Amino acid sequence: MSAARLNRHLYRAGPAALGWPRQVGMGWWYQLKMQAQSGFVVMVSLVQPLIFASIAMADQQAGNRTLPLLYYALGAGIMGIWSTVVFGCGGALSWQRHQGMLEPLVMAPAPLVLVLLGITLGTATVGLYSMGATLLWGWLIFGAHLHLVDPVAFVIAALVMVVALGLLGLVLGASFVLYRNANSLSNALEYPVWLICGLVVPLSLLPGWTHYLAYVLAPTWGIKAMRAAALGGDPWVPVLWCVVASLIYLGLGVVLVSNVERLARVHATLTFQ
Amino acid sequence: MPRASPSIAEPAIEVVDLRRTYRTTTGTVRRRRLEIEAVRGISLRVEPGELFGLLGPNGAGKTTTIRILCTLLLPTSGEVSVLGLDVVAHPREVRRQIGYVFGGDRGLYDRLSALDNLRYFADLYALEPRLQRQRIEAVLELVGLAGRGKERVEGFSRGMRQRLHLARGLLHDPPVLFFDEPTIGVDPVGAREVRQLVAELARSGKTILLTTHYMFEADSLCNRIAVISQGKIVAEGTPDQLKAAVTARAVVEIEAYGVPELTVQRIRELPEVENVTTEVREQAQLLTVQAREGSQLTGRLLQILEGVRVERIAAREPTLEDAYVALVTVP
Repeated sequence: MSAARLNRHLYRAGPAALGWPRQVGMGWWYQLKMQAQSGFVVMVSLVQPLIFASIAMADQQAGNRTLPLLYYALGAGIMGIWSTVVFGCGGALSWQRHQGMLEPLVMAPAPLVLVLLGITLGTATVGLYSMGATLLWGWLIFGAHLHLVDPVAFVIAALVMVVALGLLGLVLGASFVLYRNANSLSNALEYPVWLICGLVVPLSLLPGWTHYLAYVLAPTWGIKAMRAAALGGDPWVPVLWCVVASLIYLGLGVVLVSNVERLARVHATLTFQ
Repeated sequence: MPRASPSIAEPAIEVVDLRRTYRTTTGTVRRRRLEIEAVRGISLRVEPGELFGLLGPNGAGKTTTIRILCTLLLPTSGEVSVLGLDVVAHPREVRRQIGYVFGGDRGLYDRLSALDNLRYFADLYALEPRLQRQRIEAVLELVGLAGRGKERVEGFSRGMRQRLHLARGLLHDPPVLFFDEPTIGVDPVGAREVRQLVAELARSGKTILLTTHYMFEADSLCNRIAVISQGKIVAEGTPDQLKAAVTARAVVEIEAYGVPELTVQRIRELPEVENVTTEVREQAQLLTVQAREGSQLTGRLLQILEGVRVERIAAREPTLEDAYVALVTVP
């Protein structure tokens, strides 16, 4: 094909005609493919949640906790998803920089926000390993009943939460692009969010001011929706709040990414040095 | 008023009084702000279809210049345009028109196959899905990786990675290409193939800006060359014009054993000597002496080298490398 003919196709097509869903979708798929082969990601999303799930379920069987085993298995699963998002998004971007990939990605004409969105959604999806692992572990080792009251609502709640966490990862990731030592920030964000979102202890045990923080974090609504769908209750209100949180994250992510791209070009922070 | 569509009437690349300063800090307790001027007032113009070389030592400002042209860095001041498009005001439009190929191992997804790497970037470059397969096959064929597309990149040799970099840069068939040391670390056969490909692309009408450390590469490929040193262009012209600047000089090469530093210093102090470089070759030393006139030079050098085992001494024609060394060496 001649260069002129190819260029005509390119200019007529353009990113808008090709469609952002394809650009995000392909980014999601390739990120999923790469993360699924990463030993570190598999370890973060499997080993740690299984340890927390085992402690909580053993405690329940010893009579110290009163809620069903499934309640704890779900909590540990979401803790794993959050860890994957925090480490995955921070690590994925510093990894992109370390691999020399940030420059080619920024240089592509596709908006950077779409490129990063594919990466963070792929990372959040890998987090579903945790959920599957803790449920299976609870069933196999502790004899947890995996009966879901509303399986359809459960699947919808899980998918909405993954998208919300992917978008929250975009906000985190956008901030991480500017900082070369992103992983240290990841460490600082893991435990507080587990606590604040009610994954370790019920929200009612925490001081009142922490509730306001919990309301803006998607895992709070995600765990509420999934527990309601699995154990009984109304899952749709928390699902709706998860969607609202997602839209806020998306808006924030778009603003942050465009700002981050400009600042990275000013401060020369796209390369690993 | 800045334009947002490419123009073929203007120079393919135009840089006017480009400056770029990096700000950094030093010290642990007493932090001090440092300003490093990487590029200090560069101006250059590359015509459509030209293969232009940017030569200079490490830290001269070549990569900073190329990164600004590729929209990866913002200039501190000055005007930079590609096909008439301002790189600051219209980065996205510029990105559609350019391909950037850099040297080295990094810049590819190791856990993906070569095909997946190219497919992903074909999407990011908005190549229509029905054209992607055709175009990917064409570039893999062009860079000599046909049949290897399904292999994971982590198993690729350095040369194969470099060819994949090239394939990605050519995927959207951009009219302007930037090559940043494309043969660095590639074995001689692979480097020759890369050079052949660059030459073919230039013949097909692409505008190419190439940075390299290898003089023979610039000499054999480039229509014009700019030599950059300490952030400034110190010479510009065709390879022959740059060589002509030193043809009036004499170049003497001496291969000797155990030349003391004091002796090298005495050679440097000769009034007609402009420049002396030393290079270790196994156990021997190769001294390259550039002087303003060479009628009596060999005899005077032998006098100074008395007591030193001299294996070979010979005068030769100045090369582009001699011109380059003369230009970038700080007296």
